[in-house]
Order: sequence, then structure tokens, then C-alpha cells
Amino acid sequence: MAGTTATPHPATATAGNFDLPADRRRARLWFAVALTIALAYPFLDRALGFNRIGSFLAIAVFVVLAMGLNIVVGYAGLLDLGYAAFFAIGAYTIGLLTSPSSVFVQKHWVPLWMQNFWAAMAVSWAVAAIFGVLLGAPTLRLRGDYLAIVTLGFGEIVPTFFLNADAITGGTMGINPIAKPPTFYVFGHAVSFGQTDQRNWYYLMLGVILVSLFLVTRLYDSRLGRAWQAVREDEIAASSMGVNLVRTKLWAFALGASFSGFAGSIYSSAFQYVHPSQFEFVVSIMILASVILGGIGNVYGVIIGAILIVSFDRILTDVLTDPLQQLGHLLHSETIASHNLANDRYVVFGLALVLMMLLRPGGLFPSAQRRAEMTPESDDVRVAETQTLYDVRTENEPALGERA
Amino acid sequence: MEFNANLFVQFLINGVTNGMLIALVALGYTLVYGIVELINFAHGEVFMMGALFAFTIIGMFTIGPDTPWFAIVAISLLALAAAMLFSGALNWAIDRVVYRRLRNAPRLAPLIAAIGLSFILQGIGIYWIGSNNLRPPNLIANNIRSINLLNEWFGLDTRIRLRPLDLIVVGITIPLLVWLSWFVGRTKTGKAMRATAQDREAAALMGIDVNRTIAIAFLLGGLLAGAAAMVTMYYTNTASFRMGFRYGLFAFTAAVLGGIGNLTGAVVGGLLIGIVWQMSDGFVQAYIPWWGAQWTPVAIFGVLVLVMVFKPGGLLGEFTPDKV
Repeated sequence: MAGTTATPHPATATAGNFDLPADRRRARLWFAVALTIALAYPFLDRALGFNRIGSFLAIAVFVVLAMGLNIVVGYAGLLDLGYAAFFAIGAYTIGLLTSPSSVFVQKHWVPLWMQNFWAAMAVSWAVAAIFGVLLGAPTLRLRGDYLAIVTLGFGEIVPTFFLNADAITGGTMGINPIAKPPTFYVFGHAVSFGQTDQRNWYYLMLGVILVSLFLVTRLYDSRLGRAWQAVREDEIAASSMGVNLVRTKLWAFALGASFSGFAGSIYSSAFQYVHPSQFEFVVSIMILASVILGGIGNVYGVIIGAILIVSFDRILTDVLTDPLQQLGHLLHSETIASHNLANDRYVVFGLALVLMMLLRPGGLFPSAQRRAEMTPESDDVRVAETQTLYDVRTENEPALGERA
Repeated sequence: MEFNANLFVQFLINGVTNGMLIALVALGYTLVYGIVELINFAHGEVFMMGALFAFTIIGMFTIGPDTPWFAIVAISLLALAAAMLFSGALNWAIDRVVYRRLRNAPRLAPLIAAIGLSFILQGIGIYWIGSNNLRPPNLIANNIRSINLLNEWFGLDTRIRLRPLDLIVVGITIPLLVWLSWFVGRTKTGKAMRATAQDREAAALMGIDVNRTIAIAFLLGGLLAGAAAMVTMYYTNTASFRMGFRYGLFAFTAAVLGGIGNLTGAVVGGLLIGIVWQMSDGFVQAYIPWWGAQWTPVAIFGVLVLVMVFKPGGLLGEFTPDKV
């Protein structure tokens, strides 16, 4: 099955925009609309006085993270529960390479060219990928659920390490300042990256998203991408067809981790601060929830998922807590008046994962292929067989696959 | 550098006690994995919820210095039973409401649901007792906590401490382990569980109600986790919504170390992990000054990765690659 959707439509390969099938054309229209809104947002933000550009910058970072995790979970079907660890590794790498407070910089171990933002970003990209390989190589040959628990442990260990290795990482002090991209000139206009005006950061992030989007969609249709899908759908069949399982999975793991390294370096530089608490387990789950909510395997769905989840985390909890507490005072309800919506993130992310699995396993915007895989009830014969086999007593219950 | 035998024995005692509690939680992982091949990520949180329930039950009583000892024993047993039943029922409900619907779904689906459940339960834990570490209600008086049995009862002149709490842990864990091994090894339901673990479809053909058997495995795991939770809460003298996460990870490592799916393995693994844990918390520091309790998770994670790389089947289990 893998690869059938990957083959380009004959018309699209040769002809221009107007010969596209209707659904493709609609998709392009939506993409153009979304891109216009994203490009115009900083001006709206300033005109309307929202002052939320920082939150949108964070959303953009999480969009890249979700796209990276989507390679691992969505394309290759490997459950990575410690994705924030690679995010942390990327952030700490650029911090340690460029911050004047870093031990390595103070001891003149870092060559001067590497203290440049762009060079350090490339290094953190590579370092995150290397850690992906180091973690993946011993565990990817085991069963998939073992990988889940090892990554879970890794996600727990890495922040613990950064917190306690305070001789190197500054411990609870964190690392700051961190190098910013040097100012450059476009047609005489200075493009600078400051803290007070984060618009250029936002556009930089948008650029990274577009490049990532291009890379990810091309990867999905490549030989490697088709191997990922084959492995995801049936490992044994894939390996019989000559796909090297460990190498294929390792590529997914390393590429996924490298996206996280990118995102980590930009995030830490834009907010000028690295601290272990930014990379707690809840962050990994937030990214996973974005991927699951949006639709595993569908990049555009995943982007929407990340926007939904992170705007809940960064904007809604902030904006709605005050009115909610006011309402609590009006109603004389102590519980509502003292309730902080930030406490709800655990339940919200958890519910997003569980409900999606129960009700819409393909996500809100599933790829057609993935939807077919994740909803096996369409596979009537198999369900009917296992059903009659397992249910000895409860014959009047709805069948396992049936959902009301 | 001289080997400090006193220190070693002290942390060995602590390790064994701690390990017994881990073993109870690890059994929950192994029971479920053995039958449905699912890592129940929510198990650590089921453990945590048991502790919070015991916390609330005990909090209903006012216990002072003049409360008679039999009242304290009665309250403790009541809270223990309540925690066990609560965790057991919770684990059973999780299976009934979520996992059972996903039994035919692809492998990733129940795992993702499990991690989601773990998060929901942590959120409920925050609603329940807030996000800070709390001290459990004072059930065991401080003067009892600090008794050293080796001095008081056995008249030994030693600095090694054996506290009543250590004995209580052993006194609660051993009967539970004996009961579990009787249940799985000698009862009809236990036989059904073993059959289902071996081959689910063949078991179903033999007339075993597979769904009921799986539900019982979840129930049993929850009961043990509830007991461990109540005792752990008093052993460490803290309760928080986070207590399940790390404990669950350690217990899972124990289950893998012993060979997942193998009940004896879970107990052996639990004891070993408990010993590693305590040695890392205290003993190693005498030799490596910068080492301390903050590095224990790193040590346990190291054990997990080493086992997976060199002996993926664990000490007592056999390695089964993915079934076709």
C-alpha cells in the first residue's frame, strides 16, 4: 500500500496550476490563506495592541518540534516520549557554545567562528542528531514499546542531568545570555534580532517552518520516506522486501531529533535563557499531543495541532484565568476564584491523547492512508473473527470495534 | 579508601525494604504486560492515586499522642484496604473504559492512550492535593519512627539502624507476595491468567473469558500498587502528584531487569533496583564525593539501557522478539 499516494498525479508532474485536481487546488488555496495570515500577523499584533508576538514565536517553535516528532511517530511509527530531551540538547548546545557565562567559552575551547549564531545553530542541529543516534542505536532493535519507555527515561534524565551538572550547565541558574543572529541589511534596511521587538525572530521562525515543510514533504515521498511507511505498517513485510529495519528507524530518529536541535537553538536564543525546567516531561507530551491531535503522519494536520495545543498552553491559560477568577468572585465560589487554568494542562493534554485514540485515532486531519491504518474496524472480517473468539459471555455488548 | 561495612549493611537494609515496595509496583507492570503485552504507563499514577486516597482516608481521623495503639492499627489497616481497593478499582476501570476498546487497534494506540491516562491522573492528583509535596497525616508517632530495633530489642551495640517501619514494610509485602503466588499458581483464575498469557486465542478457544481474565490482571496489579502506595507514603513521609512518575519508571526498570512477564523476575528485579537506588542515594557518596541522590535516576536509567542492550529478556525471562 505504501507509496501509492506518493506517486505524483500525472497531470501535476507536467502541467501548471490550473490542471490540478480540485482538492489539490483547494489545498493550495488554504495554504496561501494561512501563509498570508501568518505573514501579516506581526502587523496586526502591533496595530491591535495584542502584544502576543512572543507567544506566537513559541507556537512557531513548537510547530517545528511537532513536525520533527511527526517524522518519528507519524512516518516511522516509533513512539518517542522524550522528545523534549533533544530540544534541551539543542538549546544547551548553543548556550554552551556561545554564552560568555559558559565554561567552554571562558576556557577558550570554542573557536570564535563557532560562537556565531548560525554556526552554533548548525552544530546544535548536528549534536541533537548524534544524540538521537546514540539513544536509538541500542534500543531501536528492540520492540517498539521498549523504545517508548527508554525515551521516556531519557526525557526524564536529560533535564535532571542539566540541572545537577551545575559546574557545566549553571544548574538552576540556567545559561544566559546566548548569541543572537548578527544584524544584516536587506536593501539598506537593518534586520536585527532584539528582545524588545521579536518580529524578526517570528519571521525567521516562519522561514524555518517553510524550509522544514519542504524538506519533510519531500522526505515523505522519497525512498526513505516510503521505507518508513512500510516499516510502520508491517515490519516483517518491509524487511522481507529488503528494507533495513534498524537503519531506516535510526534515520527517522536522528532526523526527528535534528529538527528538535534546530528548534531548541532558536528558542533559547530568542528568549535568551536556557533552564532545565523548560524541558520537563510535560513538554514532550505537549508535542506528542500536537502530533496526535492534528493527525499522525499528516504534516499540515500536525501544524494545526501544534497551533491549537500551544495556543492553549501559552495564550488561553493566560487570557482566560483572570476572567474565570472574576467569575468565581461573582459566584462566590472559592474553587473557581482561586483556579489557575495553567493547572489544567495535564488533564487537557492527557484527554487530548486518550480521546483522540478512542474516538478519532487518525487525528482531526488524518492522512487518508493513516486513517485506514488507525481505524481497523473498517477491516470487518478481522474484527468479527477476534470478536466472536474473545467474547464468551457478553454477547449483547457492542462489538469491540463498534463505537456508538 | 576503606570499605565501610556498617554503611554498606545499612543501605542494604534500606535497599531491601525499598526494593520490596518497588517489587509490588513492578508486579503490576509484569502482570499486565505478560497478558496483553502493553506497558501500562498509567500504573505509576494508579500507585499515586492509591497514596492520595489513603492520605484522605487517614486525614478524616484526628490522631493525637493519646490515641490508643489499637485505634491506630485499625485506622492503618482500614486505610491500607481502602488504598488497595481504590487503586485496584481504578486500574480495572482504566482497562474497561480505555484499553479494552483499543485491543484490536494498532500497537501505538494503547501506548499513546496509556501515556495520556497517566497525564490525566497526574492532573487529577493536582486538583486533589495541589502541586506541592505534602506530609501525610501523622499516623506513626515520631518516637516510634526513630526506634532502632537492633538496639532496643536485640540489645546489639551497633550503629546500623533497623526501624519498625522496615519491619512493617516486610510484614505487609511478604504476605501479599505469598498470596499473589498462590493466586496465580493454584487457583482456577490464576490458571486462566497463565493460559491467556501464553496464547490468547487458544485460551479463548478453551472457553476462557479473555476479557475477564485481563480485567483481573489489571485489578490485581492495582491492588498491589495501592498497598505499596500507602506504605511508601509513610516510608518516605511525603505525598505528591509526582510520586507515581519516577516510582513507576523505577518499577518498570525492575520488571525489565527481572524479565518482563515473569512474576519472580519482578520481585528479584525490584529488590535489585531497590538496592541500587539506596546505594546510589547514600553509600556511593562515601567514595565519590560529587555523587548523590540527585544522580539516582541517572543510575537507574543506566541499568535500564544496559539490560536492554545486553540482556533484553531480563535476568529470568526469555527474550521474545515481535510476534508475527
